[in-house]
Amino acid sequence: MTETNQPKQPSQASQAGDPAAPDPAELAGRERLSEQVVRTGMFGVPGTPDTSGYGGLQVRQPPPVSSPRPYGSYFDDIADALGGSLEQAGLSFGDAVERVVADRGELTLHVRREHLPAVARRLRDDPALAFELCTGVCGVHYPLEAGRELRAVYHMASITHNRRLRLEVSAPDHDPHIPSLVDVYPANDWHERETWDFFGIIFDGHPALTRIEMPDDWKGHPQRKDYPLGGIPVEYRGATVPPPDERRGYE
Amino acid sequence: MGLEEALPSGFLLTTVEKLAGYARKYSVWPATFGLACCAIELFSTGGARHDLARFGMERASNTPRQADLMIVAGRVSQKMAPVLRQIYDQMSEPKWVISMGVCASSGGMFNNYSIVQGVDHIVPVDIYLPGCPPRPEMLLDSILKLHDKIQNSKLGADRDKEITELEQARLRRLPLLPSLRGSVPGSSAAGSAAAAGDRAPEGTVTSQ
Amino acid sequence: MTAPSSRAGGASAQDAAEAEGRVYNVGGADWDELVAAAGEPSDDQAGEERIVVNMGPQHPSTHGVLRLILTLDGETVTELRPVIGYLHTGIEKNLEFRTWTQGVTFVTRADYLMPIFNETAYCLAVERLLGISGSVPERANVIRVLMMELNRISSHLTGIGPLGLELGASTVFIYAIREREKTLDLFELVTGLRMNHAYIRPGGVSQDLPPGAIEKLRHYVAIMPRQLGEIRALLDASPVFLARTKNVAYLDLAGCMALGITGPMLRTAGLPWDLRKSQPYCGYESYEFDVPVRQTCDAYGRYLVRMDEMDQSLRIIEQCLDRLEGPRPGRDPVMIEDAKIGWPARLALGPDGLGPAPDHIAHIMAQSMEALIHHFKLVTEGFRVPAGQVYAAVESPRGELGCHVVSDGGTRPYRVHLRDPSFNNLQSLPAMAEGALVADVIPAVASVDPVMGGVDR
Repeated sequence: MTETNQPKQPSQASQAGDPAAPDPAELAGRERLSEQVVRTGMFGVPGTPDTSGYGGLQVRQPPPVSSPRPYGSYFDDIADALGGSLEQAGLSFGDAVERVVADRGELTLHVRREHLPAVARRLRDDPALAFELCTGVCGVHYPLEAGRELRAVYHMASITHNRRLRLEVSAPDHDPHIPSLVDVYPANDWHERETWDFFGIIFDGHPALTRIEMPDDWKGHPQRKDYPLGGIPVEYRGATVPPPDERRGYE
Repeated sequence: MGLEEALPSGFLLTTVEKLAGYARKYSVWPATFGLACCAIELFSTGGARHDLARFGMERASNTPRQADLMIVAGRVSQKMAPVLRQIYDQMSEPKWVISMGVCASSGGMFNNYSIVQGVDHIVPVDIYLPGCPPRPEMLLDSILKLHDKIQNSKLGADRDKEITELEQARLRRLPLLPSLRGSVPGSSAAGSAAAAGDRAPEGTVTSQ
Repeated sequence: MTAPSSRAGGASAQDAAEAEGRVYNVGGADWDELVAAAGEPSDDQAGEERIVVNMGPQHPSTHGVLRLILTLDGETVTELRPVIGYLHTGIEKNLEFRTWTQGVTFVTRADYLMPIFNETAYCLAVERLLGISGSVPERANVIRVLMMELNRISSHLTGIGPLGLELGASTVFIYAIREREKTLDLFELVTGLRMNHAYIRPGGVSQDLPPGAIEKLRHYVAIMPRQLGEIRALLDASPVFLARTKNVAYLDLAGCMALGITGPMLRTAGLPWDLRKSQPYCGYESYEFDVPVRQTCDAYGRYLVRMDEMDQSLRIIEQCLDRLEGPRPGRDPVMIEDAKIGWPARLALGPDGLGPAPDHIAHIMAQSMEALIHHFKLVTEGFRVPAGQVYAAVESPRGELGCHVVSDGGTRPYRVHLRDPSFNNLQSLPAMAEGALVADVIPAVASVDPVMGGVDR
């Protein structure tokens, strides 16, 4: 039932005709086995004597997806227009964008953080791209992907062309800096503050990066995966129910 | 037909406490501390169908100085908790608190880092009203129970005695879990309300 | 602070440059000049005439727990700083510890005036991750549209009511709450609850319309135009209302685009951007309705746009009812038929209240072991969603409500982020209210119509 996004094989697929080419399923399996283990066991509370959930089961992380060209629908237009626009600034598409994922009808560009302001400015100003609306930034924390733990995800909308786009920028835990997009899209002001508040991503160049949702003297960044949910056990007559993060969860 | 026919020789006898209670319960001005979803049900209760004006409570006092009843309607976050306490402190005696909804009463479905698990950690609560959100009829029921309580409150030295008795009863009360009996009595959240300057026992409104 | 230095005779410009703040040099017999000079507004912002007012989190007209710190110069607002976070509930983090279907009950309480929209955005995202967007039953889509438009009406009413109340028109508030009660009755009839319904689930809706619902909805659609007309009669041409909202809280198209504003605020600035028309979902492309647009960019325009949107919503509801009534085909479910995803509960009213339908119990206990296993697995473990991320947006009463969902292949969301329209719209408050009078802040906030539950989540 657990379906992962299999990396798409090159278009010259080694089909039945070529016996020397490796089996795509075997390639996928080998790639999957080289990923790290994300969790062990199906259920049961980790760190307790609860061993009921098949502790020997190891679930590995899905490998990073990268879509090959053509991406389909309007995604190729966006990629070409962005590539052309970046070249005028002396950057190549491959420099700025490390990975492209076209999945479930949505295009995600994984942009290198140092080129993010340049890419955003091109997206906004180039008439072929015209992504006027940046609906916000949000953070995601992947503690098990070393070197790319913190992600900032930007969603863009083009009203002129009626298109959507996602930019994803990654930063490691030990150096959580991402350039701020407030001068390109002022709407990101509060969103970046919120992402700093919840994940600890420092947006360089933000006019006033302070806590926005948590109290000003709060310690820690609550939505990181290493921050506990913080509930208390609920007391009933004759029983206690543990808080949600300490209950048995069926993964 | 009127009151005067029921009076022997035209004299009505009552106690000062009953009269004060009667006056107080029919002139409650709520300081609506409307926070989240429960605040919207509070608006509905003030609307035309479920009418708070029948109790004289439609005039919500936005300044806590003139308010009698604080209806904490909604989830109280950690950031909002000091504000809640400050508003409560700014209210003048006599004052009552209804914690409306499960989030105010116990933290509700949000058992996490950011929600205070029950406003009785911060202010002493008179009536707990469960519901997510409680229907306006439930809120009216809780207000009627509060009216009963206000009517039956004592005054003066009797009031101090009443508070001390209730506090002693609460401190002697056993915790819910057998495993906690034998530990310090009053260690549950109920005890902290007693410690916060006890007022009166909690009355739990049973829903429908 | 100022340091008026009095010195006999004229002072040199050098001394003035070294002193801090404004320096008044008084030579004697020029007291009148000193008073006149002190009364002038300073151009280096000494701050002695500025008042800092805290419209604190507990305030009658801040639409929830919003804190506005105003710096006033007389009656003019020179600086407005909104402080939010007083209702932060950690909904997004809570979702990471619940199954996908349980997530609906949390998401629904984010923006509590439009629970159906929260649920729909979340469910559309989950369905897109599952790949079942095209398999959601037709009837479920029509019911979703119906409930969304009902929610749009009730949300706009709860926006316009306090708008009137805060400007002194308390009758408008009572009328709006009265109409809202009618809408909440319908919600209760269909979903079981007045608010925070958890009705829209991934795969469809949780239960079908009860018998008699369509007649009540038709009656509602028939009487509502006149009821809305009563509110219009009070406000549309009221000179007091016009004076307080016309040309107040001005935010033109450039400002809206820069600040990421969507919804009625953007449509009042002249841009007819509505996701129901441009990126339709749930079958919106098959309904006939208009998108009200104004060019005035002020609070009065936003009020008119909201009133017009309610009329359009009634039109859409009528079209939904036409599709829902009439003879039904043999199989007309409201939840996806895939037994591994569709929520198995079939609720029915029995002698002891609402509970699982007896025929469903008979099916899972006596007829089909597979159905029992599916029911058990779905309720305890939930379905698994393939890994990936998706952003689904709906046109909510306040703007574009987006739900960014990241799945790692398990039974629980890895990360859910709600892009709430009020969060962006509230950022525009300083742009709208700075430079205006303090009394204009109130209609500005009311015309943004923020809901702090969505802002803080």
